[in-house]
Amino acid sequence: MTRTRRGRRAALLGRQPIGIAFVTPYAVFLAAVFAYPLGIAVYMSFHDWFFAAPGAVVDRPFVGLDNYAAVFTDPALLRSFLNIAVFLVINVPLTVGLALVLASALNAAIPFRTFFRVSFYVPYVTASVAVVGVWLFLFNSDGLVNTVLGDLAPDPSWLVNSALAMPVVAIYVTWKQLGFFILLYLAALQNVPKELYESAAVDGASRVRSFWTVTVPGVRPATTLVVLLATITGANLFTEPYLLTNGGGPNGASASPVFLMYQRGIEQGEAGLAAAIGMVLVIGVLAISLVNRYLLERD
Amino acid sequence: MKRTVTALSLAIPLVLSTVACNVDSGGGGESGAESAGKRGPITIWYSNNTEEVAWGKSVVEAWNSEHPDEKVTAQEIPAGKTAEESIGASITAGTSPCLVFNTAPAAVPQFQKQGGLVALDDFPDAREYIEERTGPTAEQYRSPDGKYYQLPWKSNPVVIFYNKKLFAKAGIDADNPPLSTYDEFLDTARKVVKGGGAQYAILPSPSSEFFQTWFDFYPLLAAETDGKLLVEDGKATFAGDEGKRVAAFWKTLYDEGLAGREKYNGDAFADGKAAMAIVGPWAIPVYGDKVEWGSVPVPTSEGKPVEEIHTFSDAKNVAMYTACENRGTAWELMKFATSEERDGELLEGSGQMPLRADLEQTYPDYFDQNPDYRTFADLNSRTVEVPNVPNSIAIWQAVRDAYSTSVIFGKSDPDTALTEAAAKVDELAGQS
Repeated sequence: MTRTRRGRRAALLGRQPIGIAFVTPYAVFLAAVFAYPLGIAVYMSFHDWFFAAPGAVVDRPFVGLDNYAAVFTDPALLRSFLNIAVFLVINVPLTVGLALVLASALNAAIPFRTFFRVSFYVPYVTASVAVVGVWLFLFNSDGLVNTVLGDLAPDPSWLVNSALAMPVVAIYVTWKQLGFFILLYLAALQNVPKELYESAAVDGASRVRSFWTVTVPGVRPATTLVVLLATITGANLFTEPYLLTNGGGPNGASASPVFLMYQRGIEQGEAGLAAAIGMVLVIGVLAISLVNRYLLERD
Repeated sequence: MKRTVTALSLAIPLVLSTVACNVDSGGGGESGAESAGKRGPITIWYSNNTEEVAWGKSVVEAWNSEHPDEKVTAQEIPAGKTAEESIGASITAGTSPCLVFNTAPAAVPQFQKQGGLVALDDFPDAREYIEERTGPTAEQYRSPDGKYYQLPWKSNPVVIFYNKKLFAKAGIDADNPPLSTYDEFLDTARKVVKGGGAQYAILPSPSSEFFQTWFDFYPLLAAETDGKLLVEDGKATFAGDEGKRVAAFWKTLYDEGLAGREKYNGDAFADGKAAMAIVGPWAIPVYGDKVEWGSVPVPTSEGKPVEEIHTFSDAKNVAMYTACENRGTAWELMKFATSEERDGELLEGSGQMPLRADLEQTYPDYFDQNPDYRTFADLNSRTVEVPNVPNSIAIWQAVRDAYSTSVIFGKSDPDTALTEAAAKVDELAGQS
């Protein structure tokens, strides 16, 4: 009898029940800050949901897939997904390329190495509001960039040009986040065996050849991480279109799905629709991440 | 077993969230009549501009000295992108104060839908008090259910300010500038840009926030339509001939570069970047010493007489929130703060126009001493509010998007854009 009970307990709790005690705090944390809000978001996305006062008697009926249908038929929302695709196409490769090249340079014995490392990291730790102010100064019609370009300056100017606004936002975000990704690559570079570079040198490989055949494959796990993080942070773009292009302007050309979630959910009280946008975004990012992972991790 | 545990771990949050959602929608509060008579301490919020903070403190101090058992605690509206967001969040959290002396009429339908506002009709004397104080204009602030969820408090009638020096430099009569008709306004705009040293004639914010329409399209629409609301009887009013004329007027300004498509990061009027601005009476103390300014009502296509011109009110009102327990005290404070004496203090301290029917007659000394404000006082009785309809913010955003696409950026035909926006607005206004 006792043996059977023990056997059941072992089957239920495993061979090391103490492990459950160690895991529980994190599991509770995960359930409270991730699973529970996600569950609510899923629930909201299937209802005509809005935020109400506690105890208020309000009607928030089940609407099935209506909110999802709205996400895929509303021109402004479709445009925002296209905008974010443009953003990712520019931002992710640029981030990976620049971060890896600069990290390799900063990993070498160059003069003022610490100064450069700090310089690249400063934009990342500076508040967006302050940095956006500088970029507005640079890229507005009368800004420094147009003054330098003279007659070559685009008309309409960068931030009010529907073809250029999103690329400028993408470049801004690349520049701002670069320090963090350089740091990831710098850490990864410490794990690339020096013998491989020496072997390559003995075989007569140039620096560029060493970079392609030793460095790039050597930091592949870091590249997977950088692509993943850049995609996730890029897909959640909000602050930049909100501040740099004054609410996704011009004319919605730099509006992002998260910005529209804010507009519809908070400003206009359509939290159900906002939740549906969020769910579509989560699924989209997961799909892109899986494809990235498959492409980057295959041998 | 592992599968069962996994399934349970996924299901529990969903069940919890469902329960939470149902609890939220199934509650019930104290009835309005029960709590309308309750007295005791209350909390209020007011705007964060210097003049209103000073006024608010003075009112609270006066109240507290007279009512030691019904103490009022006051603070500025918590920081947020807009006051409406902070108030909306507080409604959801159940932490809103009893009164907010800065409730935007455009947000009232949403706050009401959230179950966040108290119908002032719960108080026996409220309707009479509001309608007697504000006059016929009060009608604009009634909700579709016929009740008042806001007490009309103060307005900032929108007019055109112009820079006298820049006008004189361009050879324009700075004391009586020709700005009455659209043609006159456009000619003056061309002259002042060509010869006045300003890059733009006027520079309303071209950004896409829903409320920016209140400071370009809507004031001129109000004037052109003799005071029609954006939506009347559930139907959009802005896609008719009047709206098309207003849109064409602004489009000309943008197309000719007389108005700018890029937001200026500063005060374009104070910095001399634009020769005109579209503002309310708050601008008088702001530009007082910096710019030698003059003011005229907004233009109309044919140049209507000044006494017939309507404009946007840019009003802010007082509303009572359902988290309030001592509503009897809150209502008494509402009346105390909007009495003739306190309204006079507000006018004196901030230059904003209390929404009183007989403003100029009530404070003749003030307007004798401050003639610059007389234009605003005159317009106060002909202000047009945002319509009190469901989906108010979504409606304004739809109008802004159409205006922005067609008028500011010229990507589509304004007439078509307004017609399409009107259809969308009709649909939104028809929803509950």
